[in-house]
Amino acid sequence: MKNEMEIIFDALSDNEGFARVAVAAFITHLNPTVEEMADIKTAVSEAVTNSIIHGYGNLRGYGRPGEKGEECDEANPGKVRLRCVLDKNILHIEVIDQGKGIEDVEKAMEPLYTTRPELERSGMGFAFMEAFMDDLEVESAPGQGTKVRMIKKIGVGGWIEHQC
Amino acid sequence: MGQIAAEDFQIIDNCLLIQLPEEIDHHGAGFICECADRYLVRKEVRDVVFDFGRTRFMDSSGIGIIMGRYRKISCFGGKVYAIHVDRQIERIFRLSGLNKIVEVLES
Repeated sequence: MKNEMEIIFDALSDNEGFARVAVAAFITHLNPTVEEMADIKTAVSEAVTNSIIHGYGNLRGYGRPGEKGEECDEANPGKVRLRCVLDKNILHIEVIDQGKGIEDVEKAMEPLYTTRPELERSGMGFAFMEAFMDDLEVESAPGQGTKVRMIKKIGVGGWIEHQC
Repeated sequence: MGQIAAEDFQIIDNCLLIQLPEEIDHHGAGFICECADRYLVRKEVRDVVFDFGRTRFMDSSGIGIIMGRYRKISCFGGKVYAIHVDRQIERIFRLSGLNKIVEVLES
């Protein structure tokens, strides 16, 4: 059985929670383990956050609402596309943006590497996606936007736990 | 979900206790950092304790919050502790190497 969904939303940090909850709801009927669910939500959160703050440079909602708000209110009007395909128990996720793209994908994927240290994020975004999902592919070029593809098999967590 | 509020920050002796929200992502992280730093600058704070009791979700922004605070207090001999850490958060600590700088206290 194949099942597909796609949502397109504004590149605002307000939507990070929405995106991961939408994916979580989409896969609930497969009865994923608590770990699998958390892994997927974290990976989606990382990818969507990257699109918003790096792809489009939108920092609205970050920091104290209202204080730095004025300048941050001018958000780039970009959209993030989140596409999920469920093929039996294999979940394919695509997070696509039309943002500024990544110059050196390999470098960007190095743990702790970040282009915006002032935001005090950890530089662990891609490392987390890689660790929490079974497969990760990043397609990007400057000015061309970024496409992140992730795959995870659902329903194996219980088996692995049992083996350990 | 709910944003973090003033009562989520408490100072006990020279220790800043931060009750983290239910969901820690980039969206709320900036505000938590700002509030925490205000305490670190104004008050005599040596150590910071992060309470994950309410937290059900955290992504790499949570690592950023902790690493950033650690950098600010470690040069004055301060330490970072975490309490009420569930399995998922512990996994994230291990994966990011944060378990080397954060002491997880069993409660």
